[in-house]
Amino acid sequence: MTGQKEKEPLFSTKILRLFTDPISKGNPITVLVLGICSSLAVTAKMEPAIVMAISVIVVTGFSSFIISLLRNTIPNRIRIIVQLVVIAALVILVDQVLRAYAYDVSKQLSVFVGLIITNCIIMGRIEAFALGNKPWPSLVDGVGNGIGYGLILIVVAFFRELLGSGTVFGHQVIPENWYIANGGFYENNGLMILPPMALILVGVIIWIQRSFNKQLIEK
Amino acid sequence: MNRNSNTYTFLYAAGLVVVVASALAIASIGLKEPQEKNIAIEKKLNILSTVGKGIASNETDKNTYIEAQYDKYIVESFIVDGNGERKEGDAFHINMKEEYDKIKAIKQTLDEEKRVALRKSLDLPVFIYKDDDARLKCIIPVYGAGLWGPLWGYLALNDDFNTVYGAIFDHKGETPGLGAEIATQAFAGQFVGKQIFEGHTLTAIKIVKGGVPKTDLHGVDAISGGTITSRGVEEMLQDCLNGYNAFFAKNKK
Repeated sequence: MTGQKEKEPLFSTKILRLFTDPISKGNPITVLVLGICSSLAVTAKMEPAIVMAISVIVVTGFSSFIISLLRNTIPNRIRIIVQLVVIAALVILVDQVLRAYAYDVSKQLSVFVGLIITNCIIMGRIEAFALGNKPWPSLVDGVGNGIGYGLILIVVAFFRELLGSGTVFGHQVIPENWYIANGGFYENNGLMILPPMALILVGVIIWIQRSFNKQLIEK
Repeated sequence: MNRNSNTYTFLYAAGLVVVVASALAIASIGLKEPQEKNIAIEKKLNILSTVGKGIASNETDKNTYIEAQYDKYIVESFIVDGNGERKEGDAFHINMKEEYDKIKAIKQTLDEEKRVALRKSLDLPVFIYKDDDARLKCIIPVYGAGLWGPLWGYLALNDDFNTVYGAIFDHKGETPGLGAEIATQAFAGQFVGKQIFEGHTLTAIKIVKGGVPKTDLHGVDAISGGTITSRGVEEMLQDCLNGYNAFFAKNKK
């Protein structure tokens, strides 16, 4: 992962791989095990999970892009501080925009938007990639990682909302007359809405992914 | 210039901070108007939702609709003090946090003189809702503390100032899926038909872990996994209704 010297087309295979890698075999959550904390917190329902995913994609993309633009000017000794300032500023911007134009969802996400600042994926990608690469590949890498993160969030949220509340996007999916209260046989699994279940689901996803892709299994 | 020199580092840090700070300041000022409008609209919607006049899902221009509904149904709003006396002032813009602090102070102080003064200084908003059949309901705000931050809500009472007609609750940062469930209709709906007075004593409404029989007029089910938030709601109702106690007692039938 060093800087490319020669001129490349905008969507070369290398660039495309930067984008697709983090979605599958370099997934920040299931392979690098970064950003676990917020994936536990906001996945009880689909809608906040999706808005969270979009917010993280915006922040990872732009922070990688901006840091990559600045990479030759940043004094090495305050490198981390500069990264944090850029990330924090972007997160506050996202939060302000959500409050102005997506007020309902921003209320549901509450503190977790602010906590994107501490999402390890963002710092991780800046340190590992954006500091040594040109702006365009860095942007692609950041967005790709954001999508990889968001995808897991959405999958986990889907199962947690479906099994925990019987709904998807707030719409009732499990038929009402299945419920014990209405004379049926079914009951929502209360454990699903508790954070530990998110961890177990992430574990299951990691298991499934590794059983399909044997390269990922550590010796 | 030497990128590792102290001067460069200091200048770089200072420059970066100035740029970022101005960008954030501009964003904050630029977005202030829609943000504040959202908050005012939300408050109106909250007040209306308490009496079941929430928004229809097919409404496209949500904001105009809410403003119009509010002007139509909320026929009067005024302020009362802790002795139930009416005061002059703008009820809509009262900051409930300040009033909550005063109610807390009344609860904690033992000095009778101070309590009297505090009770007099309370500015408690009352909104009067007139439904399509011209029956009046009284809507009052409540405010309290949850697990991670403040809780608030509105309670609508029938004109006997005892039976709950509707309730809604909201929160700043309770845990999604757990404490945050107080904001759902499933939780708030339980309050309908409950009574806040037991004989002549104000008992507010208990939030009971493990459930209550449907016939209990003074208790509702707590939220599993949201114990501290549930307790916060109970305390919030107790404290705020106490502030209004004199006003209720005067009007109670």
